[in-house]
This record gives sequence, C-alpha cells and structure tokens, in this order.
Amino acid sequence: MNDIVTVIRSVPLEHYVFLSFTLFSIGLAGALFRRNTIIILMCLELMFNSVNLLLAAFSAHHGDPGGQVFVFFIMLVAAAEVTVGLAILVMMKRNVDSIDINQLNRLKW
Amino acid sequence: MQVLFYIFAAISILSALFVVAAKSPINSVIALIVCFLSIAGHYILLNAQFLAVVHIIVYTGAIMVLFLFVIMLLNLNKSTEPQKSLATRVAAVIAGGVFLLTLLGAIKDGIGIAPPAAYDGSVGLVKSVGVSLFTDYLLPFEVSSVLFLSAMIGAVMLGKKDTSPQPLSGGKVLTKGAGTNA
Amino acid sequence: MVKTDLLAMLVPAFPLVGAIVIASLRGKLKGNTAGILATAMVVLSFLCSGVLFVGHEVVNALHAAGMHQESPPEGAMHVVKLFNWISVGSMHIPFAFQIDALSLTMMLIVTGVGSLIHLYSIGYMHDDKRVNTFFSLLNLFSFAMLMLVMGGNFLVTFIGWEGVGLCSYLLIGFWYTVPAYNYAARKAFVMNRIGDLGFLIALVMIMQQFGTLDYGTVMDKSAGISTGSPWITTVTLLLFVGAIGKSAQLPLFTWLPDAMAGPTPVSALIHAATMVTAGIFLLVRSSSLFVLAPITMDVVLTVGLVTALITATIGVFQNDIKKVLAYSTVSQLGLMFVALGLGAFSSAMFHVTTHAFFKALLFLGAGSVIHALGGEQDIRKMGGLKGVTKITYFTFLMGTLAIAGIPGFSGFFSKDAILMAAYEKHPLLYAATLGVSLLTVFYMFRLLFLTFFGTYRGKAHPHESPRVMTVPLIILAVLSVVGGVLNLPHLLGGHETMKHYLGTAADGIAGEHMHLAPATEWMLMGITVGSIALVIWLAYNRFAKKTTLDPEAEELSFFKRLIARKWYIDELYAALFEKPYGWLSAQLDAIMEKRVIDGAVNFTGNTTLRLGKVLRRVQTGNMSFYLFAMVVGIIGFLLLTIWSA
Repeated sequence: MNDIVTVIRSVPLEHYVFLSFTLFSIGLAGALFRRNTIIILMCLELMFNSVNLLLAAFSAHHGDPGGQVFVFFIMLVAAAEVTVGLAILVMMKRNVDSIDINQLNRLKW
Repeated sequence: MQVLFYIFAAISILSALFVVAAKSPINSVIALIVCFLSIAGHYILLNAQFLAVVHIIVYTGAIMVLFLFVIMLLNLNKSTEPQKSLATRVAAVIAGGVFLLTLLGAIKDGIGIAPPAAYDGSVGLVKSVGVSLFTDYLLPFEVSSVLFLSAMIGAVMLGKKDTSPQPLSGGKVLTKGAGTNA
Repeated sequence: MVKTDLLAMLVPAFPLVGAIVIASLRGKLKGNTAGILATAMVVLSFLCSGVLFVGHEVVNALHAAGMHQESPPEGAMHVVKLFNWISVGSMHIPFAFQIDALSLTMMLIVTGVGSLIHLYSIGYMHDDKRVNTFFSLLNLFSFAMLMLVMGGNFLVTFIGWEGVGLCSYLLIGFWYTVPAYNYAARKAFVMNRIGDLGFLIALVMIMQQFGTLDYGTVMDKSAGISTGSPWITTVTLLLFVGAIGKSAQLPLFTWLPDAMAGPTPVSALIHAATMVTAGIFLLVRSSSLFVLAPITMDVVLTVGLVTALITATIGVFQNDIKKVLAYSTVSQLGLMFVALGLGAFSSAMFHVTTHAFFKALLFLGAGSVIHALGGEQDIRKMGGLKGVTKITYFTFLMGTLAIAGIPGFSGFFSKDAILMAAYEKHPLLYAATLGVSLLTVFYMFRLLFLTFFGTYRGKAHPHESPRVMTVPLIILAVLSVVGGVLNLPHLLGGHETMKHYLGTAADGIAGEHMHLAPATEWMLMGITVGSIALVIWLAYNRFAKKTTLDPEAEELSFFKRLIARKWYIDELYAALFEKPYGWLSAQLDAIMEKRVIDGAVNFTGNTTLRLGKVLRRVQTGNMSFYLFAMVVGIIGFLLLTIWSA
C-alpha cells in the first residue's frame, strides 16, 4: 500500500487546489456569461464538481474517509437539486414561453 | 503519474471552457459529460475508486441524461437565445478572473497543512468508504432518503399540468399549458 | 411610639386615598357621594390629628411635671421616618414627618377648617357637572398641604409646597371653559413658581452648608452661623422670596385677587385659610435661621407693611364681594409678615389661626350670599339681605367683628398682639399698623353694610342657603368668637397658652419677650378700640342706608382713581413682563420651532424618503444582475477575510 501512497503523493496537493479553483472560476464566469437557464444549471454542476474534486484530493492526501463520504453526500444533494431545478425550468418554459433567465424579472421595486 | 494528471487536467479545463462557450445546448451537454469523465479519471488517480464509479453512474449516467431529456422535451437544440451585451460578457469574464485571482492570492503562502506521517492508502476503497458511511455518517445517510422523497414529490408537483378551468373574458374556458407544446 | 407613627401616616393618607378613589370613580359617582366621601376623609384626618394633639399634650404635661423621663425631647418633637428617600453619596434625605407643636397646630387648622369647607362644598357645588373632580382636587390639596406642614425636612415641605401650587392652579381654573379663569390660574401658578425658585435655591444652599435638610439638625447647626453673615442673609432672603410667592406679598400678590375666579370654597380654603399661610409657616419653621439675619427681618417687615397698606387701600374701592375679601386676605397676610419681621413669631401664628377662622367664615358667607342671589357678586346690586338670609347675615357679622378687632372677638387678641409688638419696635410702626387695621375695619363694614343693610338693589330672588352650608358657617362663627382664648395675653388674665405651646417647636418663639409696661398696653388698647369705633360710625353713616345704586360714572379724584385701578400694578406687570415675554415666545416659535426644529425633523424624513427612492433601484428583478452582485459580494468577503488575517 505504500506504493499507492507514494503514487498519490507524487502529485502535490497544490496542483489539485489550482485545478479546482480554475474549474470553479470557469463555472462561475459561465453562470454570469450565459442567458440560457439550462447552461447556467450546468455551470452550477461544474462548480459542484470542482468542489468534489478538491474534497477527494484532500481526503486522499490525508487518509480521512470523511472527505469522500462528504463528496458522496454532495452528489446526492446535487442530484436532488437538479431534479427540482429542471422541473422549475419546465414550469418556466410553460409560463413565460422562454428559458431566458432575464424573463423572470418581476421581483423588483 | 504526473503526466496523467496533467492530461486529465487539460481535458477538464478545455471541456469546461467549451461548456460555457458552446452555442448549442446539446454541445454544452456533451462537453460537460467529457468534463465529468475526466474528473472521474482524477478520482481514479487518487485511488478513490468508489467515488469514481459513483460519479460516472450518478452524474454522467443520471444527471446529464436528465439534462438531455429536458433539452429534447423543450426542443432547445437550436440556439435561439439572444446573447448578453458585450459589456456584460466582459464583466462576467473579469468577475470570474478576479475571483480566481482572489482565491489564488489566499493560498499564495502555501496551504499550510502538513500531511500526516503515516496513513493507510486504502482510503477510497469501497470497503473503507462503506464502513465510514454506515457507522460515522449513518444519520445523514438515512436522512438523505427523506431528501430524495421530498425532491421527488416536488418535481412531480411542479411538473403537473394545471388542468383547473380558468375563466377568461368572453366566457371561454381554457386549460393552462394547453397549446404550448405540440 | 408605634401609635404616633401610624396616626401620623394616616393623617395625610386619608385625603390622598380620597383623592385617588374619587378621581378614579369620577365618572360613576352620583349625587353627593363624592362630597360625603371627601368630607369623611378630611374629618378622619382631623380626628387623627386631634388624637396626636392630645397625646402630644399629655406627654408634654408629663414631661413638664417631671415624669416621662425616658427620652427628654420625645414629646416636644417626634420624627416619623417613612423611608429612606434619597441616598446618593453623602446626601441622605429621608421621607419623614415631624410632629411637634407647630405642625400639630397647622394640621388641626388645615383638617379642621378643611373639613368644614368640604362640608360646605357639598351644598355649594351641588349642581356643578364636575363636582366629583372638584372633591378629588380638594382632597388632593388637603394631602399636599398636610405634606407641607408635616414635613420633617425642607424637601418634604417642598413637595407639599409644589403640590398646593398645582392644586391651586387646577382649582382656580376649575371652570376652564372661561378663558379669563385660565389666565388667572396661569398667573397664580407662574407667580408661585417665581417664589419656588427662591425656595429651591435656598434649599440647595442649606444642603451645601449643613449637609442635611432635616429641620432639627439644621436648626441645631444654625447656632454655628454668625449673626448677620452674608450667607444667612442670602438664605433667609431666598426663603422669604418663596414665601412672597406663596403668600401673595408685594411684588407677587396680584394673583390672589384674580384667583377669585375659582369657586368660593376654593377661595376660602386655599386663598384664605391654608395655602397662603404656607409662607408664614415656612418662616416660623425656619425661625432659628431668621433670628440670625436682622437685615432679612427688616426686609420682611417692610414688605409686609407696604403690602398691607397698599392692598388695604385697594380693598376700599372694590365692588366685588370676593375681591374685597381677597385684598383683605393679602392685607392680613401683610400684617402677619410684619409680626414675623418684628420677631413676634407666635403672634403671627396666632393671627394665622384666628384669620383662618374668620376669613374662611367670611368667604363661605360670601359664597352663601352669591348662592342666595343666583351668582351675583357685585355688592352694588345687593342690599337688605339682613332679613332674608338670617344665618348668613349673623355669621357674616361675627366674622366682620372678628376681623375688625372688636374687643372680645378672636381677631382683637391676635391683632392686638401684633400692634403691641409694632409699638415696641417704634411708635410710627404702631401708627402704620393701626392705619392698616382701620382701613380693614372701614372696608369690611362697607362690605357688610352694602350687602346686608339698606334695601335690595338687585333683580334676583334671595333665599337662605341649605343647612349643609349654614352649619359650617355657624361652627366657624363660634370659633371666630371664642378663638381668642387660645392666646390670651397676660394683661387680660390669660396665660399666652399658644405662645408657650409653640415655643417648644420654634426657637425663635422661645426667644420672644414683650417688654411693654402694662399701662402702655392698656393705653394702646384704648386708642385702638376708640379709633375702631369711630371708623365703624363713619362707615355706618355712609353705607348702611343705601337704597339706590350709585351712578356708574362717578367722578373720582386722581388719587382715588389710582387706588381704584389697583395702583396700576397689573398694567405695570403686563407692560414690563408679559409683553416682552410674549414677543420672545412668538419669535422663538417662528424661528426655532418652525424653522429649526420642524425643519430638522422634516429634513430627516425627506432625506430618508429620497434615499429610499434612490436605493430601491438596486432591486431590478434581473436575475443576471443578482448573480453578478452575489459574485462581487463573495469576492469582497474573501478579500476582507484575507486581508484581516
């Protein structure tokens, strides 16, 4: 098993951190960039994944299974959230006949 | 080993960029699936076997398929959306960039965590994850079933067509949602 | 002694309870209930005071006889401490009553005369719509006055002092729908307040010097102050300023005639028998301080004398029955202050007592006449009531004889004591005080003759008052007649009981001694009696046979016109004080009130509105904008966290 550990540790943790940050920023910029609601939801998924990656990396580098269990739960929640989110999207399409996110603008002064 | 890491990292970032930049939603979905697969590759590199498989099954297998279904249902395979103004898009990119820089700036002095001396590299195997899940994290595990229940009910309720008659002017009775999709 | 403490606490408690109960139930009480309850409360207070008095006397007698050795000053002065009221740093002021000869005398007067006036009011105020409020205010006044006289330190007295001022204001302006009455009430209150300021400054000075406000301690420690020092002169002058305001002396006396706007029982109780005597009470209470300040004593004497003379002259020309009595009150108060200024403290207290009897009687009698004539107060429209309102006439006659100082009546003895003391200081003073007395005789008999003699010159149907009103009149008449026995001078075979009694309470009294030879006293008495008889004869000839109204446009000489117009003092005050003050008030209203304060408040409101209008544009409803704002916010938080770490 020491072999695996060495293998895992051969990639320093900072690299995973940078990667995760980059993916998160791309997802964030994408959520601001696009008007299509579905694309925005997908960028959200991207952000979730970056976090998952980071958690798994830390868990592997420190030998704490809790990190991976947390990732598991995040996946659960992401699944539930996507379900409901897409249902809302369908409702939105039915009501305003568009999936442009700027069409939902009645909550204003 | 590091080479593999860089390959997977490159694929992840490129496909993420493609998700954001693609014109058609279908293309975005495909790119996202590629991204997820590359992340699954990362998990394998970290010896998080359970996570890798679950990731593929849940994310690529279920969630992305759901996305595809919805896109098909709503007939969105054409890029019909107007784009945001140039200024807004530039602002979005800058915001993302600044955010990245901020985060990088936070760790510029190093992460500051020393790895423990010796540990068991078998973390990530199904067995150890399973043991941890069913002993330390049993309650969240059980509660998440209630979460799923509520999500299902919510989705079903939201997705129902509203069939109660809505009187309009002229006495005509129209059901909501009728005539939106052929 | 527990019983003394309990009784002492009950005395002011009864009227207070009465006031609160009647005020709370004022919408529900019908008919005479409020009046009977109020009267009962004061009568109970009177009984408790009586028991205290008897007990006090008994202890005094025992002590004088050598028994009751346990605590020597027990009978002389008893302090009932209710609770620790103010306890800040080194300043300790307990809420305490002091039961001694002086306070017992005043308590008996206040509750005794007060209960008679309460009884009278049941009949007088019977038809008034707000009769319940009236009685609760009368009870409240009784409570405040008792607080004043029973106070064990200057501050408790001050509470009562302020309280009677307040009740006076409320009761003068009782019929508040008439603007002139409100003006009179306000005038009374403001003038009282000016006096209160003097009192308050004096309190602070006493506190600063002695570290305490308790009467006993202050009087004891006052022995350490040198006679005539600037400090003691200032303090006593300030206390006298307070007395000027409360007892309506020059220059703060114009409120009392105007205070006749209130119902007659109010005039009788507050402005004849009790509140206005508070000033004299204060000076007697602080007599230890006053005897150390000869300058102040001279000031007191002068002010009292001038006031007495001026108001006596004004009283001669008044045509309203109550105004005559009001000016008479101010004049008699002036005489009391003359007595105080001469150091004759017990004579002043004696005159307070007898004055309470006959002045209350005269006011109640006037009220009875007014009631009989259905509200008429102008004596030129009265006359010939002698045969109609017999009891009122007879009691009024008794009161007039008493105030005139006819030998045998109570007023004779008290005034005589003052005249003697005046002669002792200087014969001219005697002449001046005798002049005041003669003027008093003149206008009182003018009042009597014009009201009751001759033929009726008015248009109403006079009738006698009900028994509930005449019984107090009779009782007061009896007291006016026999009250003299309280302090019969040695010359006439008495023992000067009151003087000795009060001497235990006030050091100033203990030092009083009359040094006139008996022959001089007899001669002076003769002169007094003779001149009084002459004046009565003059008044009789002039007024008793009046059958017709005087012609309105009677041409008066310059001097008479000056006096008839009250020496133009009211007009002087209006020009000197009221107009500039009104101008200042208007200016402040226009500038400070409207522009500055209103402006600031409106500005705050407007700014908030405008700011709100601008800020709410943030809520665009645009989802992308919200996302963007969230990202910016997160970046901000992260930066904050990073930089603060």
